[in-house]
Amino acid sequence: MGWIVEGSTGRWEIVVGLEVHAQVISRAKLFSGASTEFGAAPNHQVSPVDAGMPGMLPVLNRYCVEQAVRTGLGLEAQINTYSVFERKNYFYPDLPTGYQISQYQHPIVGKGRVLIDLPDGRTRAIGITRLHLEQDAGKSLHDQHDAATLIDLNRCGVALMEIVSEPDIRAPEEAVLYLRKLRSILRYLGTCDGNMEEGSLRCDANVSVRREGSDALGTRCEIKNVNSMRFVAKAIEYEARRQVELLEAGGRVEQETRLFDAVRGETRSMRNKEEAHDYRYFPDPDLLPLVLDEALIERLRAELPELPDAKRQRFEREYGLSVYDAGVLVAEQATADYFEAATRGRDAKQTANWVINELFGMLGKAGLPLESSPVTPAQLGSLIDLVNAGTISGRIAKDVFAIMFETGDDPGSIVEARGLRQVTDMSAIEPIVDRLIAENPGQVETVRKNPKVAGWFTGQVMKATGGKANPQLVNELVARKLGL
Amino acid sequence: MTSELTRLTLSGALERLSRRELSAVELTAAHLDAMAAARELNAFITETPDCALAMAEASDARRARGEVGPLDGIPLAVKDLFCTSDVLTTAGSRILDGFRPPYESTVTARLWQAGAVCLGKTNLDEFAMGSSNMTSAFGPVRNPWTRPGENEALVPGGSSGGSAAAVAARLCLGATGTDTGGSIRQPAAFTGTVGLKPTYGRCSRWGIVAFASSLDQAGPMARTVRDCALLLEVIAGYDPKDSTSADLPVPRFSAAVGRSLAGLRIGVPREYRVDGMPDEIERLWQAGAAWLRDAGCELVEISLPHTRYALPTYYIIAPAEASSNLARYDGMRYGLRVQGDSLTDTYMATRGEGFGAEVKRRVLIGTYVLSAGYYDAYYLKAQRVRRRIADDFTQGFEHCDAILTPTAPSAAFRAGEKMDDPVAMYLNDVFTVPVNLAGLPAISVPAGLSDDGLPLGLQVIGRPWDEETVFAVAAALESAAAFDHLPYGLEA
Repeated sequence: MGWIVEGSTGRWEIVVGLEVHAQVISRAKLFSGASTEFGAAPNHQVSPVDAGMPGMLPVLNRYCVEQAVRTGLGLEAQINTYSVFERKNYFYPDLPTGYQISQYQHPIVGKGRVLIDLPDGRTRAIGITRLHLEQDAGKSLHDQHDAATLIDLNRCGVALMEIVSEPDIRAPEEAVLYLRKLRSILRYLGTCDGNMEEGSLRCDANVSVRREGSDALGTRCEIKNVNSMRFVAKAIEYEARRQVELLEAGGRVEQETRLFDAVRGETRSMRNKEEAHDYRYFPDPDLLPLVLDEALIERLRAELPELPDAKRQRFEREYGLSVYDAGVLVAEQATADYFEAATRGRDAKQTANWVINELFGMLGKAGLPLESSPVTPAQLGSLIDLVNAGTISGRIAKDVFAIMFETGDDPGSIVEARGLRQVTDMSAIEPIVDRLIAENPGQVETVRKNPKVAGWFTGQVMKATGGKANPQLVNELVARKLGL
Repeated sequence: MTSELTRLTLSGALERLSRRELSAVELTAAHLDAMAAARELNAFITETPDCALAMAEASDARRARGEVGPLDGIPLAVKDLFCTSDVLTTAGSRILDGFRPPYESTVTARLWQAGAVCLGKTNLDEFAMGSSNMTSAFGPVRNPWTRPGENEALVPGGSSGGSAAAVAARLCLGATGTDTGGSIRQPAAFTGTVGLKPTYGRCSRWGIVAFASSLDQAGPMARTVRDCALLLEVIAGYDPKDSTSADLPVPRFSAAVGRSLAGLRIGVPREYRVDGMPDEIERLWQAGAAWLRDAGCELVEISLPHTRYALPTYYIIAPAEASSNLARYDGMRYGLRVQGDSLTDTYMATRGEGFGAEVKRRVLIGTYVLSAGYYDAYYLKAQRVRRRIADDFTQGFEHCDAILTPTAPSAAFRAGEKMDDPVAMYLNDVFTVPVNLAGLPAISVPAGLSDDGLPLGLQVIGRPWDEETVFAVAAALESAAAFDHLPYGLEA
């Protein structure tokens, strides 16, 4: 999936790596017992440890460690049985201790990979360099007071996984596919909810450009704050074009940190190399090195859920679904589970169509997540059964589905209560056909010349019966009556 | 003006309390009177008389009900590096201006749980950085000892100088100290008291204002080895809130006091004979060796070859950790805040005014040795040397069960001396620092007087977690030395 910037002096390709900060799903923070729940009043989820009070000490939350190991396993990565927490030192008011506890030289997870699904059906591996655990900082609120910045420490100390990719991404759209896949894996694992709006998944992009075909790496810029799927591609594309323009004008790309401005759709310089912090990393003497038991890793490996790639392959194999349908269904575990529950004992392709087209369509319109669907998998299944048994037509089924979505009622009772049962009794349909033939000699003439337009009569019969006639039977009847 | 009650040892007072010959209130009141009469020592930053009397009354009530803790009714002083709930905690610094913690350190909580009475918070070098108690923002502590016939103020040592002075001057029956490079043992030696630095991890660091986390260790200071053992029995123990605290059972340390030393091998490290060490220190060391031989020990010479690298190593690692530990004092949430025109100005003004010269010096050194381009040459190298120093001890302990050295290379010096020469000041800790780097337990016991009539201490170093042997050897030294001198002015 090559992507090229056509410059005035030639063609340029991009080299991109992403650093993703994923908030670990855990009730308590990484080094304190304070709660991590989103949306509490400012500074209501802060322990003395988080506030950097004198004499307070961090104690590692083992559950967060397990979450990081799970994630590493999900990324097919090396799990390091020895890792070290280090202090990253810098001064900022939302960092009460003056250092962030992070991992530096010895991260808990090493090399792994994420497979992205390209639009043409192929997959491509994006390497994972490492995953490490670290604590989040608090939040500086600059817009709450006319003369002061206010600090909310609720987020301070919450566990994050920093997941660093190799510079394997070659197109803005690949970055989006990578993020989507990563988010999907994290959600399957239950290690991060992937909510970009609430900031539980944040992304920085390292972008450089080089002449097409070159193996050299250009000077990269780190783009901060690309915090939605939409902006990732936009920010990378803007940054790539900026760098090409700069280089073609005889300039040089400076290694710097840039901020993506979503409103203007551009990146701008935040701090250059000279202003870069010297973080003075060193092992945190308050914490012992983290040594993992092989048995723990094996237990977590055995408990891993089926992940999206494996599930997609199984859906293709077991249900005969297309790559596309399978991909759509497995993107979220909930969707895949819904599909599997609905299709049990039924035609998979037919169920997939109902889920992807009708259910997703309705949910999208209503702005509901699948978890809040008014239609249960069992109800959708019985609707499909009604269609397949010929009790209702496909068209009526869509109306019934709309009513189910509205009311949450079972399809059977809707069909009965509203008299939507398909009319298969020919004696009821025949008079209608006869009447239509008698009333429309012109159409009869047209159809006899061109039998392909016989559908007009079928349509009229369906209309006259309120859609309840079986279209297949009507077709046959019309053909017989007109001697086609 | 000391009453007979303040001359008791901690164990003696416990006995009198248990025989109901004495109430906790009487004992506490006597110490509060002594404190009031000894304010020129400046041993306390905060006195808590009301709290002390209330705790003493509660103790007497408990005793009347028959619910007695191991230290019930014993008045103690607390180094002002321990956070004490709702009681001013300063770390000897202006930067913590007005700070009253909403929590109690694990070590002090254990003392109060055991029934002890809090007399107040003792003075110390700022953030425990110093060997003279001259760097405190609350003024220097005066050693209760002076040279005979002189009135010139001497330092009590540091950083736990306030605690040492308070114990020596009979203002309390015992005190807590902390020891990062000798901060319990050196002041104990300078004041004729006993001070123990336990094995790293023996006592919880939770709630102690951090100086250098990998070296800091809380410990007891008192007038006898047994008293220190009794205090350690209470303050030691695993604390899940400190990841570096050890989940090990706490022995009855006091049972080791008086234990026979027959067959014990005592190491005398060759490398501790440093250049320019006064004869009187050498003589004291020899005397100590002789006492232990008499007690049935075998004296063996051992080698700790990396000893001479201990001070430079310490003065890289301790400041490095301190530079990071002290970053939290930024004027944002508690303590001093000096408002500037910008965030950076506020940081600089707050830290510039809040920290004293020695703290600034160490923060600068620490920041430097951790900075990009210097980390490998300084910090990383220092960590490697630290391992060698620890290995030296491991090998040394293959040939002996405890090590005997002097505690400090001199007796107490004049207040103000060495203040213009930080390296000369740092040399005070030449015998104590290696022990912290190796995480070992060590005690200082008063063993005699210098030619000037000032107390001198001997240090006993033990294997990790073997405080019992340390106490046993220290008790033998104590009994052989029969150090019963009192600071001049207290003899009457």
